[in-house]
Amino acid sequence: MKFTSLLLATSMLAGSVGIASAETLRWARSGDSLTLDPHAQNEGPTHTLAHQVYEPLLLRDTTGETEAALATEWGIKEGNPNVWYFKLREGVTFHDGAEFDSEDVVFSLERAMTPDSDMKELLSSVKEVRAAGKYMVEIETDGPNPIMATNLTNTFIMDKGWTEANKTVKVQDFENGEETFAVRNANGTGPYKIVSREPDSKTVLSAYDGYWGKGQFPLEVTEIVYTPIQNAATRVAALLSGEIDFLQDLPVQDLGRVDSADGLKVINAPQNRVIFFGMNQGDADLKTDDVEGKNPLADVRVRKAMNMAINRDAIKKVVMRDQSVPAGVAMPPFVNGWTPELDAVPTTDVEKAKAMMADAGYGDGFSITLNCPNDRYINDEAICQAAVGMLAQIGVTVNLDAKPKAQHFPLINKLETDFYMLGWGVPTFDSEYIFNFLVHSKGEEFGSWNGTRFSNADLDTKIKSLASETDFTVRDGTIADIWKVVQDEQLYLPVHHQVLNWGMTDGIQTDVQPEDQPKIKYFSYKK
Amino acid sequence: MNLLAFIIRRVFQAIIVLLVVGLVAFSMFRFVGDPIENMLGQERTDADIERLRSQLGLDQPFPVQYWRFLKGATQGNFGVSYRQGRPVSDILTERAPATLELAAVSALFALVFGVGLGVYTAIKRSGWFASTIMTGSLIGVSLPTFLIGILLIYLFSVELGWLPSFGRGEVVIIGGWRTGFLTSTGLQALILPAITLGLYQMTLIMRLVRSEMLEVLRQDYIRFARARGLTDKTVHFRHALKNTLVPVITITGLQLGAIVAFAIITETVFQWPGVGLLFINAIQFVDIPVMAAYLMLISVLFVAINLIVDMLYFAIDPRLRVDRSTA
Repeated sequence: MKFTSLLLATSMLAGSVGIASAETLRWARSGDSLTLDPHAQNEGPTHTLAHQVYEPLLLRDTTGETEAALATEWGIKEGNPNVWYFKLREGVTFHDGAEFDSEDVVFSLERAMTPDSDMKELLSSVKEVRAAGKYMVEIETDGPNPIMATNLTNTFIMDKGWTEANKTVKVQDFENGEETFAVRNANGTGPYKIVSREPDSKTVLSAYDGYWGKGQFPLEVTEIVYTPIQNAATRVAALLSGEIDFLQDLPVQDLGRVDSADGLKVINAPQNRVIFFGMNQGDADLKTDDVEGKNPLADVRVRKAMNMAINRDAIKKVVMRDQSVPAGVAMPPFVNGWTPELDAVPTTDVEKAKAMMADAGYGDGFSITLNCPNDRYINDEAICQAAVGMLAQIGVTVNLDAKPKAQHFPLINKLETDFYMLGWGVPTFDSEYIFNFLVHSKGEEFGSWNGTRFSNADLDTKIKSLASETDFTVRDGTIADIWKVVQDEQLYLPVHHQVLNWGMTDGIQTDVQPEDQPKIKYFSYKK
Repeated sequence: MNLLAFIIRRVFQAIIVLLVVGLVAFSMFRFVGDPIENMLGQERTDADIERLRSQLGLDQPFPVQYWRFLKGATQGNFGVSYRQGRPVSDILTERAPATLELAAVSALFALVFGVGLGVYTAIKRSGWFASTIMTGSLIGVSLPTFLIGILLIYLFSVELGWLPSFGRGEVVIIGGWRTGFLTSTGLQALILPAITLGLYQMTLIMRLVRSEMLEVLRQDYIRFARARGLTDKTVHFRHALKNTLVPVITITGLQLGAIVAFAIITETVFQWPGVGLLFINAIQFVDIPVMAAYLMLISVLFVAINLIVDMLYFAIDPRLRVDRSTA
């Protein structure tokens, strides 16, 4: 006890004279951030780097829970369910010293809502953002929006003055062929500021002295050197040789090697991403099958039989080397609406599945093409290969067509595939997000990722009602109702939830963030 | 006069080659995938997709897209990278030094070791060391580049811990040129990628020098030189080596283009921030402006090297001149 307090005193003394141990974190992952402009790309690595430099009003901490960032209090305004209020943190400064206030929030949210911004869809219900005082902002939506706040966890706040002074109010400018200032420069309120940046090579950040969160967060890392390393073998080699302290995107086949290496450890947690297959059940006839004039996937018994034929435990053991959580529902476990019952993994029963196929009139089976990405999800092509063998057991002959993501995803969106793999992460941590994109009939605004051709007017009405239902009990009830239909109809064939693996030196202490977005301010070191 | 006509004809041919390369490239881009998917987040609506597509001109047929690219390119404007949102010409000038430095060091490595080992194995034909080198050189020819790179990384970075496994180390910027030659970490970082990239060319040169040397050493004038009582050193290096160098220089020149083009794989393995890595990233993202500019530049490079080699032939070898005028 005495010793600890002595240590504490010494470290405080050391801190006061400015020789506190400076920790440099050398961090690598497979891809680089695409741009420093926080509204230009809605993409994982870009947001992850932005989170060190910029801050949203509220964010998700290491466990995925929302936490106050630039807003200290928020809620629905009394007397008007269409308005959310956000009380802002006082005494916050940007890296260039400018003061943070409601003007910056209004400006940034409006910038994020411009047509060139990639973040606008999350704010599509917003009618107006207005300052209601120096440290108070109100967001008015076009109807009650019970989950407005959770849409803001990746919407970063910029300084109005800085952005205007550097003529970078517009997000991207492809037409004029100009580079905007914010692409390579940043001025946020976050714990780290950019020292230097070479895209695809190296980004150096250092701790921001004026950060408001000093004393509230560990902030033990004082310098970050961020390097993308595209090649998986090189990435692992860099960690093993001690050139890197912290590695994301650790390939599953190297987990054992890294974990058993001296001074290194691997930590993991389920990721906010579920992997599943979608089936064209709406068309009268399929293009890629060998059944004439009929669509075998339109029969729910066929879909149930296929669901029963997929052996998720085998995929987990053989393909994923135990790094997956078998799933019974196309929804990550953190999401509002998830229940263990929904996610119960269906038992694999080939005999029963065969009987159901025969019952549906497909006792002799049929053949169909499965479209699969080969560079998007962990072992995506191998999962599809495994599924091919499993479905063959019930007479479904699957022709596998694996392609890079840039060619795979357009097939889903142009409705050119009858059977496809898709993975889904839920940034709002709410079922509504899944329904809007994957369950609602495909149309202009909703169902843009629904490649199943499934359309149910009753369900569509229910899905739309979620956006404005402010009574959470009623809302959760509707969510449960919708999931029941989705499960009964076997709209999707869930496979598993991905598991995230981070490799790091033994001394680092952190949790795996389910969105794969480490926030370095939470990192601490074993003393 | 004759030479000038030859040059004009070759330059004209070169322009046609470039235009055809560009046309083929643009007709292929839509098979690489749809850039829009990568540019918009998963929340995008169909309306967003259409809007961005027409904004980028991707709704136009490919000859129109190609024409637009050519129009911009003649004014030095290669468009804006879809992936990074920056002008392609800026990105290329920023990335080119890394590739050029790596290619230069690889070529130098290939030339020095290729000629040295070639001469050695020719002179000490039956020695055990020469045999080992000859057998070992088969590895350089037959192993794929990425495997050599990864083997080197595991040996020198992971097991021995001598050299860095990725990146360029510290760089110094001199007049817009980012060089790794001036820092110790920059030089260390060059070693493994340069060996990986130059190994194939080195073995090629080595085997070429060896066989040419063996050929020359059988010639009468070598025998006469020995009969004159000249030392081995003078015979080997003054008389024999000089006469083997003409084909070696030709091959080295032609391989220089290949080194720059093959740098794609080496750069990916070592995360070397040059134009090859840029091109790989561009393919994955379907970054059409970057792909187009890179392919055009590489073809300019190849065409230029071939033109220079042809002109050198023309100048050096009078027989060629006669051949061409009669043909």
